[in-house]
Amino acid sequence: MQRYSGFGLVKHALRHHEDWQRQWRNPTPKPGYDVIIVGGGGHGLATAYYLAKEHGITNVAVLEKGWLGGGNTARNTTIVRSNYLWDESAALYEHAMKHWEGLSQELNYNVMFSQRGVLNLGHTLQDMRDIQRRVNANRLNGIDGEVLDAEGVQSLVPIMDCSKRARYPVMGASWQPRAGVARHDAVAWGYARAADALGVDLLQNTEVTGFKIRDGQIQGVHTNRGDIEAKTVGCVTAGNSSVLAGMAGLNLPLESHPLQALVSEPLKPVLDTVVMSNHVHGYISQSDKGDLVIGAGIDGYNGYGQRGSYPTVEHTLQAIVEMFPIFSRVRMNRQWGGIVDTCPDACPILSKTKVKGLYFNCGWGTGGFKATPGSGHVFAASLAKGEMHPIAAPFSIDRFHSGALIDEHGAAGVAH
Amino acid sequence: MFHIYCPYCEELREEEEFHPKGQAHIARPEEPDACSDEEWGDYLFFRDNPRGIHHEMWLHAVGCRKFFNITRNTVSYEILETYKMGEQPTVGAEHLAREGKTDSVQVAESGQQTVGASDAAQASVKGAQA
Ligand SMILES: Cc1cc2nc3c(=O)[nH]c(=O)nc-3n(C[C@H](O)[C@H](O)[C@H](O)COP(=O)(O)OP(=O)(O)OC[C@H]3O[C@@H](n4cnc5c(N)ncnc54)[C@H](O)[C@@H]3O)c2cc1C
Ligand SMILES: [Zn+2]
Repeated sequence: MQRYSGFGLVKHALRHHEDWQRQWRNPTPKPGYDVIIVGGGGHGLATAYYLAKEHGITNVAVLEKGWLGGGNTARNTTIVRSNYLWDESAALYEHAMKHWEGLSQELNYNVMFSQRGVLNLGHTLQDMRDIQRRVNANRLNGIDGEVLDAEGVQSLVPIMDCSKRARYPVMGASWQPRAGVARHDAVAWGYARAADALGVDLLQNTEVTGFKIRDGQIQGVHTNRGDIEAKTVGCVTAGNSSVLAGMAGLNLPLESHPLQALVSEPLKPVLDTVVMSNHVHGYISQSDKGDLVIGAGIDGYNGYGQRGSYPTVEHTLQAIVEMFPIFSRVRMNRQWGGIVDTCPDACPILSKTKVKGLYFNCGWGTGGFKATPGSGHVFAASLAKGEMHPIAAPFSIDRFHSGALIDEHGAAGVAH
Repeated sequence: MFHIYCPYCEELREEEEFHPKGQAHIARPEEPDACSDEEWGDYLFFRDNPRGIHHEMWLHAVGCRKFFNITRNTVSYEILETYKMGEQPTVGAEHLAREGKTDSVQVAESGQQTVGASDAAQASVKGAQA
């Protein structure tokens, strides 16, 4: 793999950027692999990378029905934070945060991780009490966080309406300074390039259409390019996970819903942090390019249509304009949807299944981008060892029968 | 924007008047005290999530405030029928099959639906109606 560097950039500039190496190969599928990862989103690619890097398992294929990073990985609003309430999820997201902090160096790929901080606003007394509780819990877990009052919020975000005149006045916020945003495509591409360099086969336009299971043990997968064998298969297919589980005769406690995002025309820099409000329900940041990146809520009904409803967009824009009257005349450039797989307790599933060797990593719902490196890291360890990694173990599918749910609705950031 | 026919108001109204309430026809286990943890978990948390025909419950929240059911295609978003509580759907998986749309589409069972992953739970709700 040709390493990227400042010197290399200058060298290629002099040659008019005409001979950059391809970022990854485009191999033909082998008849079998040690491990197959289904789904070439950030989580699947990260899993493949850590399998090769940390566990020396390089005979790995990532099967992607479309193109790498074409799912939710490059459809999200790029918010990265680790201020979750419960110990189990705090551990998981903070594990990811620690990886984020060195990720560009590790992958030799600029993922543009920008620790500009995240505010979660409170508009009612109860919001503020929840915020205090969560920040205290974060600090007990060694995760940075502060409770700000309205003045503190105003001084961080001068363009926000923090006055008492607002319909839902801002009373304060939780503030995680280490949180921020990252360039989502670059995360997929960075992991893809690094995994490819370690020998992982990235197979695009390869759709899994069924599983080969014998005596309760996974043997491989059926695809539109023929059968591929493997004794270990990890499914990381986000919104499509129920469909895949169905092919293996499994049922997951998931519902798939469209979730929307929109970006505005580019503006000069006006907002240098991330603002989220659960109460009026909108979240916003400004990309390095200048456009406002705005997230909506999920549509209430199940859907696989990768487009969302107008009432949801309207509702979100009401919230944004409520917080930022200054944006009321900004034009929106683009809007799109992704299909997210929501879990009853707003927490992911990282789990073995009744089929030996078949694992699922799904249910991240509206908030899995921030977990990408941590999810890949612990999932790879679980696949390599055949035992769920201690950080992943509480997220087993068993919790829906044991009752040991991890209820993160309050920290999930998006109402669902 | 959906235009939804409320079977009680007998009128087409806009989506914003309604709230979706999840999968329809989920039967509470008949003998709760005799349920295993697995059966309870299935009843509470496991839902059909088909790429295709889905029977779901909606509330006419700012209209007549009554619950009713919709059969909807979760891929095309087409609403195939709406019907009152206590009634059974007339459109099911075979509807898709008839139209030759079953390719890579996973369909829920029509009519009586079971809710869970485990065979035991499925057996325990068989015959029950919501
Ligand atoms: C609008 C929106 C905003 C969001 N905002 C945020 C945010 O700000 N912060 C945050 O942390 N999270 C956010 N999320 C959630 C986050 O994007 C997801 O949780 C995360 O990207 C999931 O990553 P993944 O790799 O598991 O899934 P994906 O990136 O969706 O990858 C799954 C892949 O599996 C492939 N696949 C599916 N079926 C098959 C098959 N049969 N065979 C082969 N391949 C298959 C798909 O094509 C896809 O590429 C948002 C999501 C959306 C939609
Ligand atoms: Zn009505």
